[in-house]
Amino acid sequence: MKYALLMYGDERRWAAATEEEIKEAYAAHGRFMDLLTERGAYLGGEELDGSSTAVTLRTGGGRTLRTDGPYAETAEHLGGFYLVEARDLDEAIEFATACPEEIVEIRPVVEYQG
Amino acid sequence: MSRSVTAVEQAYRRHWARLLALLTAELRDLDLAEESLQDAFAAAVTAWPPEPANPPAWLLTTARRRALDRLRRVAVAAGKLPLLIVDDRPEPSSIPDERLRLIFTCCHPALSADARVALTLRCVGGLTTREIARLFLVPEATMAARITRAKKKIAQAGIPYRVPAGPELAERRDGVLAVVYLVFTEGYAATGGDRLIREDLAAEAVALGRMLRELLPADPEVDGLLALMLLHHARRDARLGPSGELVRLPDQDRSRWHRGEIAEAVSLLESSRPQHTADPFPGPYLLQAAIAAEHATATRAADTDWSAIARLYGELERLTGSAVVRLNRAVAVAEADGPGAGLALLDGLDHELGRHHLLHAARAELLRRLGREREALDAYGRALEVVGTDPERAFLLSRRAELSVR
Repeated sequence: MKYALLMYGDERRWAAATEEEIKEAYAAHGRFMDLLTERGAYLGGEELDGSSTAVTLRTGGGRTLRTDGPYAETAEHLGGFYLVEARDLDEAIEFATACPEEIVEIRPVVEYQG
Repeated sequence: MSRSVTAVEQAYRRHWARLLALLTAELRDLDLAEESLQDAFAAAVTAWPPEPANPPAWLLTTARRRALDRLRRVAVAAGKLPLLIVDDRPEPSSIPDERLRLIFTCCHPALSADARVALTLRCVGGLTTREIARLFLVPEATMAARITRAKKKIAQAGIPYRVPAGPELAERRDGVLAVVYLVFTEGYAATGGDRLIREDLAAEAVALGRMLRELLPADPEVDGLLALMLLHHARRDARLGPSGELVRLPDQDRSRWHRGEIAEAVSLLESSRPQHTADPFPGPYLLQAAIAAEHATATRAADTDWSAIARLYGELERLTGSAVVRLNRAVAVAEADGPGAGLALLDGLDHELGRHHLLHAARAELLRRLGREREALDAYGRALEVVGTDPERAFLLSRRAELSVR
């Protein structure tokens, strides 16, 4: 099954991180991607730019409303995602546990047959 | 007719979980397995007697046929749920025991606690949705929706139909034990409604505990959970007075305790507890069972070994760090070393247990025994503000009325 691992975090902490901390974070993600690749699980993934760069569109009633900023104003924002292939939810949880981020939401990807 | 219903009911009780577990492994679809097995039992009501020579095999064959019929009908239907993830499919010629897989799937931590309880009672306990709804005092439609949602999540999220292995097993086993104990405690100390004990629910939990022990032998915590439930359950007839009021442990008529169940629990406990008093207990259920056994084996309330109980609660508190355990330890210490020592242990619990009537009730009792009636009166008042069931409210009111201050 395909799963998306959605990573959430406090952007202010990321913004305040030292160069050393940033280097270590990228290295940790590198090791995580190695693990996924080794297990044949890596399907893709991206880091997203900060929520301040977001534009949100809301369409309804024949018009489109455009606002600056992310869809939801919360302390933690979606900062990136991985797309993985896992045997089942337990393996997806195992991958998410190894993912070097504090909050990881696991979402099965709907797969269409035929 | 009535004779055949009895035979079917008997077969249902004995074979439901095992047949459902096997069918789920074969069909890789919990919903389909459940419906087909339900069909098979309905067919048995009309077809029996004569009871077939091998009732479970008859039911299994019938259920498989019904499943095929259903699959043909929906073969091309869109939006069908993905198949369950099953590692190795069992030999179809025998009836192997797949119940553990069913249990671990129903108790998967990705499901909500409510869903785990409902699914376990439905799939493993074999209760109908209506029965489960009645036991949990919710409308049948609510319970049906809860169970349907849970089954959908199992399929959609890819919750595997598997017994976990390695280090994961212990953690997941704890989750299963927690579900069974949750069923039991909801029966034993109901949090809502006008009845204090729902024996039928507690009895279901005991039956699940027996099944777990059969499936996970030589696990001391599984033994501990069964022993613990039996020890509490054995007191059911003595816990309530003639008008449904709570009877406290020291006031209970011990001749009404079920001695056979206590003896069974004590022998479970003896074979699984640490052989030397200095050795640590393997887990919280066995410890709690040891505490319950101290109460259950005292001839009279006055013979209770409170020092031993206080010691066991101390170990349990170290193991769990639980505020509720600390509260119970305080009560035991009060019995062993006097109300002042117990009262001191209640300090600092208000933050975690302030909304729990038992903390205030315990404090009230200890203050009363210390002769601090004015403070006891206040504590009873706080307990009454947060108490949930009517019998417990009545009990607190009667205790407060006994104080000489107003």
